[in-house]
Amino acid sequence: MLRVLVPLLVLFGLAWAQSPVTITYWQYDFRSKVEAVNELIKRFEAANPGIRVRHETFPYDAYQQKVATAIPAGQGPDVVNLFYGWLPTWVKAGYLQPLPEDLAKVLDNEFAAIAQASRVGGRLYGLPTAVRTLALFYNRDLLSAAGFRTPPKTWDEFIAIAAKLTVREGNRYTQLGYAMAPDGQDHHLVREVLVRQFGGRPYSDDGRRVLYGDAAGLRAFTFYTDWMRKHNVGILGNQFFPGNNAYRDAFIAGRVGMIIDGSFAIGTIRNGARFNWGVAELPNERAGARKVNYGSFWLHGLTPLATGAKREASIKFLQFLTSSETQRYWLEKVGELPARKDLIKDPQLTLDRVYGPFVISLAYAKATPFVDELGQRKVMTDAINRVLLENKDPAESWRMAAAEEQRLLDAFWKDWR
Amino acid sequence: MRPASPTRPRRVSLATREALWALAFLAIPLAFFLFIRIWPAFQALWLSLFNWHADPGQRVFVGSLHYQEMLQDPRLGQALRNTVLYTLLGVPTQLVLGLLVALLLNAITRWRDVFRAIYFAPYVTPAAAVAWVFSWMLSPNFGIVNEILGWLGLPAQPFLTSPTQALATVTLVVVWQNLGFQVVLFLAGLQNIPRDYYEAARIDGASSWQLFRHITLPLLNPVMVFSAVIGTIGFLQLFTQVVNLNFNDQGGPLGSTMTLALYIYQQAFLRLNLGYAAAITVLLFVLILVITLLQLRLLSRRVEY
Repeated sequence: MLRVLVPLLVLFGLAWAQSPVTITYWQYDFRSKVEAVNELIKRFEAANPGIRVRHETFPYDAYQQKVATAIPAGQGPDVVNLFYGWLPTWVKAGYLQPLPEDLAKVLDNEFAAIAQASRVGGRLYGLPTAVRTLALFYNRDLLSAAGFRTPPKTWDEFIAIAAKLTVREGNRYTQLGYAMAPDGQDHHLVREVLVRQFGGRPYSDDGRRVLYGDAAGLRAFTFYTDWMRKHNVGILGNQFFPGNNAYRDAFIAGRVGMIIDGSFAIGTIRNGARFNWGVAELPNERAGARKVNYGSFWLHGLTPLATGAKREASIKFLQFLTSSETQRYWLEKVGELPARKDLIKDPQLTLDRVYGPFVISLAYAKATPFVDELGQRKVMTDAINRVLLENKDPAESWRMAAAEEQRLLDAFWKDWR
Repeated sequence: MRPASPTRPRRVSLATREALWALAFLAIPLAFFLFIRIWPAFQALWLSLFNWHADPGQRVFVGSLHYQEMLQDPRLGQALRNTVLYTLLGVPTQLVLGLLVALLLNAITRWRDVFRAIYFAPYVTPAAAVAWVFSWMLSPNFGIVNEILGWLGLPAQPFLTSPTQALATVTLVVVWQNLGFQVVLFLAGLQNIPRDYYEAARIDGASSWQLFRHITLPLLNPVMVFSAVIGTIGFLQLFTQVVNLNFNDQGGPLGSTMTLALYIYQQAFLRLNLGYAAAITVLLFVLILVITLLQLRLLSRRVEY
């Protein structure tokens, strides 16, 4: 009897262990990313015969809404892609589960420092494949036509170049030196870059207190708003040019000398721009001053729907998505900077004329500790717009911003569990 | 002797039977209405008493907290004011322009259908596409609208990029889009007015204005009420055009185009404050209910000739 039963049980057990686990991965719809993940899933499934990965994507506008409703309904992803700024909100509302401790060690030892923003309340909730920083994109043709051979190193040089490139005919602008974009990347520029360059600190180390409301912060903010008000570097991108990302579209159309944008814009600019362009590290307050940048990333998190065998499989898939091999592929296919230290150090990358300035900036970039990304973004965008659109006194506008953002931070942390 | 009891089988009258059948058929839409419309409304009310969590077991009961928060939320106040302003600006403009165009179309017989189709086209065009084209036309520096203003010797306007002009601009885009629907409604209403009334009045020496004032307008009242109610609800729920006309700063600049519906959406799905968002939907529900009832009461008049 036993002689029959034991092999049968063994067989049964093997079959059970082999029966495929299906996990679901969600990201928003972006062609090169969707294609890359499809290819990566093929490779992952070939290496892990017991696991099937279902890949589902949604238009960017609908993405957060889908996640917000699907996970409570038990119908959503096991592994989910999200912007790091949404992380605390998602964790607090129970949309993510912490990753095992051994992955936290991997994060500490092997990932770029900004990836530490994958932690909330000391626990790790995800890992990134790629990271991004800011840099100055410039139209080499326009700059050299105006007699500038190199991009600006300091803000004074930046202002001089921008003012010279701004062209007004009658009551309309035909060309801008710099396209101001408070709702593009400029709100990051002010908060993380200018405030630090002018000797301030945007937030306390625990991220719970707004510090930029001080004199240094105000100097930085006034300096930025003066670009348009006093120095004629240009006007608001969306008053100059139509479209959703007016500042970038205007640059691609060859009508703007310089913009500040993230490494995620490289692909769009490369495909669109019909002129010589270059990328430079962000200008500094003065030559030789401490450099700063804003770094950000999308990460892969584990939702509470991943339990039991699905959890094991999901962690495996998450590790695969953030492996060196994947990150190298991602750089080639999607064009985003790898998040792992060893890959970032690759001289081929640091010396690259386009990627180089972004990669170098990664060493000193900081990720804003958002807890309410949309709310905090509006605070900074509105602070700038009050001055540029309503002529409000910068000091008053800046004070309002610091107070409003502190209220958002307090609201988040008061019932943090 | 027992009295002969009426043991004849009970006959259901034809009328009752028809009513029963009607009820049976009505039960399906009724069930739909109850479960898809009414039940979620009550759920929203219930939800508004909790702090949101993906796991229902971890939702914390907070009672009226979210309603108290609403009182201290300046951005909600702004959204509420904007929403009322949109409605006050948009509904009358839509009604007057719609009536005007319908009267003109009613006066012509040639090409009427073609014109009607042209006016109706924007109504069936996706709002996102409309918003996109308008944001190009209204672009302050390169847009065609400022180009035309320039020809007329007028100064260029910032339109959607200005906190003082953005709301009115969005309203005009929405009115432009709704106009066709409005025109079709009024045209149908106009064509329902018997010619005899006009002829009789004309014989009595009534002027065109008198004809309009005492025949057309009163007899269009039902259409007017319908349009006002539907238009008001539409403006109170305004969302898509606002999102698409300023995609990177939705509801901006400086919150000047923010609506209640968009604010609810952002609180619920982008900031995961579903409890707070639910509380605001209750406010929006009450607002729509009160305004609609008021309108029905104030505007409806029975007109018989």
